[in-house]
Amino acid sequence: MTQPDFIAVADHALLVRFATELSDEAHAAVISMDQLIAADMPVGVTECVPALVNLLVDFDPLITDHVAVEAAVRAKLYNLKAVKRTGAERVVKICYEGSFSPDLAAVAKASGLSQEAVINAHIAGDYRVLMYGFSPGYAYLGGVPASIQVPRKEVAVRDVPAGSVIIAGPQCLVTTLTMPTGWSIIGRSPTQILMSKPEQPFLFDVGDGVRFERISFARFEKEAADG
Amino acid sequence: MANAELSVIFAGPLVTLQDGGRPGNMRYGVPASGPMDRLSFDAAHGALGNAPKQTAIEISLGGLMLQCRQGCVTVAITGGDFLVEHAGQKTPSWTILTLREGENLSIRAGDAGSWAYLAIAATLPAREWLGHTATHSTSGFGGGTLATGQTIVLRDAFVREEREGKIAQPNFLDEGSIRVVLGPQQQHFDPKAADLFVSQPFDVTDAYDRMGMRLNGPQLTLTDALSIASEPIVRGSVQVSGDGVPTVLLADHQTTGGYPKIATVVSSDIDRLVQKRSRQSLRFTQIAPAHAVEIARDHARAAQLYLDQIAVPRGTLAQRLIRENLISGMIVG
Repeated sequence: MTQPDFIAVADHALLVRFATELSDEAHAAVISMDQLIAADMPVGVTECVPALVNLLVDFDPLITDHVAVEAAVRAKLYNLKAVKRTGAERVVKICYEGSFSPDLAAVAKASGLSQEAVINAHIAGDYRVLMYGFSPGYAYLGGVPASIQVPRKEVAVRDVPAGSVIIAGPQCLVTTLTMPTGWSIIGRSPTQILMSKPEQPFLFDVGDGVRFERISFARFEKEAADG
Repeated sequence: MANAELSVIFAGPLVTLQDGGRPGNMRYGVPASGPMDRLSFDAAHGALGNAPKQTAIEISLGGLMLQCRQGCVTVAITGGDFLVEHAGQKTPSWTILTLREGENLSIRAGDAGSWAYLAIAATLPAREWLGHTATHSTSGFGGGTLATGQTIVLRDAFVREEREGKIAQPNFLDEGSIRVVLGPQQQHFDPKAADLFVSQPFDVTDAYDRMGMRLNGPQLTLTDALSIASEPIVRGSVQVSGDGVPTVLLADHQTTGGYPKIATVVSSDIDRLVQKRSRQSLRFTQIAPAHAVEIARDHARAAQLYLDQIAVPRGTLAQRLIRENLISGMIVG
């Protein structure tokens, strides 16, 4: 791993950039540094935001500054490990049936596969949480198999229900709000990403592994009713 | 101390409940939210004798009209230059008054400013999310938006006559251009773009809400139109879309995004920035990161001094006499 760039952000943050383009190596460095900082927070650091190729380290400018935070982060570079994941594996249930998967046929057509083969490929994907963004609880999962990768649609669809499982390129996402999206909608999940538990408010942390588990419509209805 | 009941006669769009904000959750896609103009919010609570950061009402240009249905309670109004009408009396904002049963209070857009704050000497019940009532406007999570017809039942409502009257406005704020630190992605811009950004005026457009403020000005040309790998965003990030138009991200910002950011507004200047209105002009000035830290520290010191000053109740004449007697008594004793 080459040395990261350190870029000052206003008066209260430092961006630690490991690369300019997404790679497993760059994201592993982000995850590892995020964990190293969480385990031993430098004085004045308030929160970290891990992203695809970089980590934002936010701090209280009344307590510390860019120079001190950069020095604290640099001191941790020696301990950076090539870990892609946190070690946790989360299970997300998914129903691919009926109105839950309006774009399944289009993805099948674009991939030259049957709908069942698209489902099997999606289930078989090896996913991990790359970052959160866009809206609360929107976790970008990397790992959609190459055989079913499709580009974003040209026109976004409005009012896509919360719980929709959507894909675009190598990424997959379980929506948490009713929102427009240009991604392909291939299923619906009853699994709550926003957990409303103070000790674990969100199902995933960045770097967690994720596995999809296929469920029937009947099972979906039961899970959704049980909340 | 008692309960009081307010009825929302009219609430414009984006009139929300806000506490001090929920920092610490950006890694989960959750910005801090909270008041757009944090100093005005702090001033309303401070001058009213409330606990800092407790829930208040943020009022947009759409305005708010309340009626006190039951009980009485003292309130503070700060923020932009809004028009306050209370029981037939018109006053400017930055005032403290007591709302009594049957009285109406209306707070409407005035000559300047985009956001006003109504702090209430009571507990304002509000739904919490992740331990805070701050409303995230796009999801509606947190305390939420006030709606016409709604009833607000206040607990532990106080009358604080000794605090009624004008609130001194902060006089330590810089009135000039909005200060920014360039970056963190200025390498994606034409070399002239940064010069244009910090030398030319920009106008605020109508595309302005709690998420961000789109600006109109010279085009800020990107050298590589391809989107960058999504990167973290903070309150104050100035992102530039492919057509060269800058948007300043604000209280309810996305936490990551793929548009390059040409600069970031320093935290002390965000309160001034958000009070601008559509079609108002503004300029940006570049400062070095170390200078930005100094400014943050100076600003925090001045803000604390100011908040300490306005927190002292002026008192009624009788109360002032009692207080002075008590104080001299203590010194003599």
